[in-house]
Amino acid sequence: MIEDIANLFHGFAVVVQPFNLVLMVIGIVLGVIVGVLPGLGGANGVAILLPLTFSMSPTSAIIMLSCIYWGALFGGAITSILFNIPGEPWSVATTFDGHPMAQQGKAGEALTAAFTSSFVGALFAVIMITLVAPLVASFALRFGPAEIFAVYFLAFCSFVGLSKEPPFKTIVSMMLGFALGAVGLDQMTGQLRLTFGFTEMLNGFDFLIAVIGLFGIGEILLTMEEGLSFKGRAAHINARVVFQTWATLPKYWLLSLRSCLIGCWMGISPAGATPASFMSYGIAKRMSKNGKNFGKGEIEGVIAPETAAHAAGTSALLPMIALGVPGSPTAAVLLGGLLIWGLQPGPLLFVEQKDFVWGLIASMYMGNIVGLLIVLTCVPLFAAILRIPFSVIAPVILVLCAIGAYTVHNSSFDVIMMVVFGILGYFMKKTSYPMAPMVLAIVLGDKAEEAFRQSLLGSGGSLGIFFSNPLVSSIMVLGLVALFWGAISTGWARLRGQAATAA
Amino acid sequence: MKRFKRKTTLFATALLGASIAALTLPAQAWEPTKPIEIIVPAGTGGGADQMARAVQGIITKHNLSKQSVVVINKSGGAGGEGFLDVKNSKGDDHKLIITLSNLFTTPLATGIPFSYKDLTPIAMMALDEFVLWVNASTPYQTAKDYMDAIKKAPDGQFKMGGTGSKQEDQIITVAIEKVIGKKMTYIPYKGGGAVAVQLVGGHVDSTVNNPIEAVAQWRAGSLRPLCVFDSKKLDYHEPIANGKAWDSIPTCKSAGLDVEYLMLRGFFAPPGISKEAVDYYVDLMKKVRETPEWKKLMDDGAYNQTFMSGKEYLDWVAKAEKTHEELMKSAGFLAAKSN
Repeated sequence: MIEDIANLFHGFAVVVQPFNLVLMVIGIVLGVIVGVLPGLGGANGVAILLPLTFSMSPTSAIIMLSCIYWGALFGGAITSILFNIPGEPWSVATTFDGHPMAQQGKAGEALTAAFTSSFVGALFAVIMITLVAPLVASFALRFGPAEIFAVYFLAFCSFVGLSKEPPFKTIVSMMLGFALGAVGLDQMTGQLRLTFGFTEMLNGFDFLIAVIGLFGIGEILLTMEEGLSFKGRAAHINARVVFQTWATLPKYWLLSLRSCLIGCWMGISPAGATPASFMSYGIAKRMSKNGKNFGKGEIEGVIAPETAAHAAGTSALLPMIALGVPGSPTAAVLLGGLLIWGLQPGPLLFVEQKDFVWGLIASMYMGNIVGLLIVLTCVPLFAAILRIPFSVIAPVILVLCAIGAYTVHNSSFDVIMMVVFGILGYFMKKTSYPMAPMVLAIVLGDKAEEAFRQSLLGSGGSLGIFFSNPLVSSIMVLGLVALFWGAISTGWARLRGQAATAA
Repeated sequence: MKRFKRKTTLFATALLGASIAALTLPAQAWEPTKPIEIIVPAGTGGGADQMARAVQGIITKHNLSKQSVVVINKSGGAGGEGFLDVKNSKGDDHKLIITLSNLFTTPLATGIPFSYKDLTPIAMMALDEFVLWVNASTPYQTAKDYMDAIKKAPDGQFKMGGTGSKQEDQIITVAIEKVIGKKMTYIPYKGGGAVAVQLVGGHVDSTVNNPIEAVAQWRAGSLRPLCVFDSKKLDYHEPIANGKAWDSIPTCKSAGLDVEYLMLRGFFAPPGISKEAVDYYVDLMKKVRETPEWKKLMDDGAYNQTFMSGKEYLDWVAKAEKTHEELMKSAGFLAAKSN
């Protein structure tokens, strides 16, 4: 333990070398740009810039690449809040309250809250990595298919029933999402499903294409109909908005702590940042006094998903370092980098490559602090984008969306699909079918299905496997409680009411 | 900052060197005129992806080509997306695709319109080995111990984890079942790294991971290799764990498990490209194989370092496709013919 702390300080000494600090700033700025462009996510950004780092020392290279990753994590929130276009899967939940806030002229507050929460989540995760890395890595090993399914089940359950729309519409939307998620190759049997013989459909519908279309294009179509201007336009641009927002944040400490814990757990398990953000948002909505205002521009609805997503995104690097299993696509590309630099990820990395591992961990601390400073100074600038006339910015957004959709798989078919999803999104909004359940089902549907079928293969078809050990049983029970929370709390209130009248 | 300066000078020297080289080269040789794309028909982080990115890194670092190299993953439909893309880029001599066994298995299992005959072969870079792994805490010390345990248990009790469905790992599993005469339960996962961790966590009983996918867990003492699915032992003597090296692993055949399987790691180009371009790429890949970084990659992954190009390579691929068709036919993995 003491030795670890000495190692960490040694790591800091490596990181604060001027050359490494310059790389850090370059990495963050590139990352923010990559995060702002929808479709061009952190994984693509890191992959594109990976060759640049071959001539550097492994430690400098990982500092720059992981800073691109932090930058992309920060950047993803910007477009979610300003334009309702989530740049990354885990930013979807941020749009629910972040965009309404921007429409009410509170873009600055929303951005500040998002960035600060990201920082808090990441910091919490890094501290955890520093203190309990080996312990946590062995916890990750206990997650087989049944446990992973239980986690997805919990993510769905804590989100279902949140919607203000009638349950029927929520179910229709979610089922449509499951159907879209099932298109493409079935991982379990190696057969193609629902492609109707079109080779373009081999890939299925990528989540990012659906989201860019549903949210981004759909939003632009709606705005065009409603009068060609951003609703948040009238906002004052206030340079002190950062400090004013900060003053209000400490009272949400419990919310932050809960979101941090959810995030770390999801990142390690390794379900990832996306279920973490949805689960955290869902639970925050249930627990908050202001739960009814969620979805209408409640700051808690920005804090919860952002904190959890970043805690998860950061802790996802731990299984990569300690086990060689990437917890996210970006981590997978970084893993490829490790091998090129001649490092072998795995349990012995902590022992054999101390410089590298502690340099990376120290760069997580420094990178997040530098990143926070950079993005916070730009908050008024980002918020000012909303003052540009809609007729100028809309075509720019459309072009960026198209580029983003193309970049996901370098396929022009995806651009057409994006437009189709955009039109679908417009009609769903008009007929008030909620889009979030559909998106959740597209992102997590096929993964949940995969884990479910892997479990059943292992158990020979018996559902008992989901209650076969304390870990999986407790997650399943949590899920069921979350699903029936509405009924349970009404029942409880009624019981208490009866007791009160009886007395 | 000093370091940065040195780099700029180095870069300038390299640039100068490159331009002189360009001036002195014979004019008729084919050279790429724009960046070369390497398509990876698999996800990021897997064996094929690692090799493609290593080749990209080597070409960049040693300045082997005047043009840069771009790696693009097209993993949709078990790699079908990548193969169709290259098939449809007829005559594009700035595109290569790195293959794994899905060159054969994907069209056979899904029936998508594609065959290796649609592509121009460039070179075989190496063959990837397969090893039978169990968790180190289990009592099985040899492949025979493990097979005896499977034979005693009822059908389907032992779980084999592997990458993908109806691909190489499951083909090997079916071959093992044939030898033993008992069924195992095959559970498909997304990638080799995840499979190795499921074995460490005790969620499956064995895997047939490639060496590079499981070596870290072996070194850490959590996994134990039982035998290698090749006709001869691996040619790597450096000790890895407990004084054991890759060449300490017996062949499966010698342990009474007569199954052999090697996976192609090679390059193909789109159909209809000129002979000069093919020669350029074969030569480029030969240069790549001579670098220290390549040797390091081969050592890390305990690859079988066979190199082939031209007709020899084409013949090997044709034979491999036949073998796959037979293996998959007998396992019942072939796609139903639509007509």
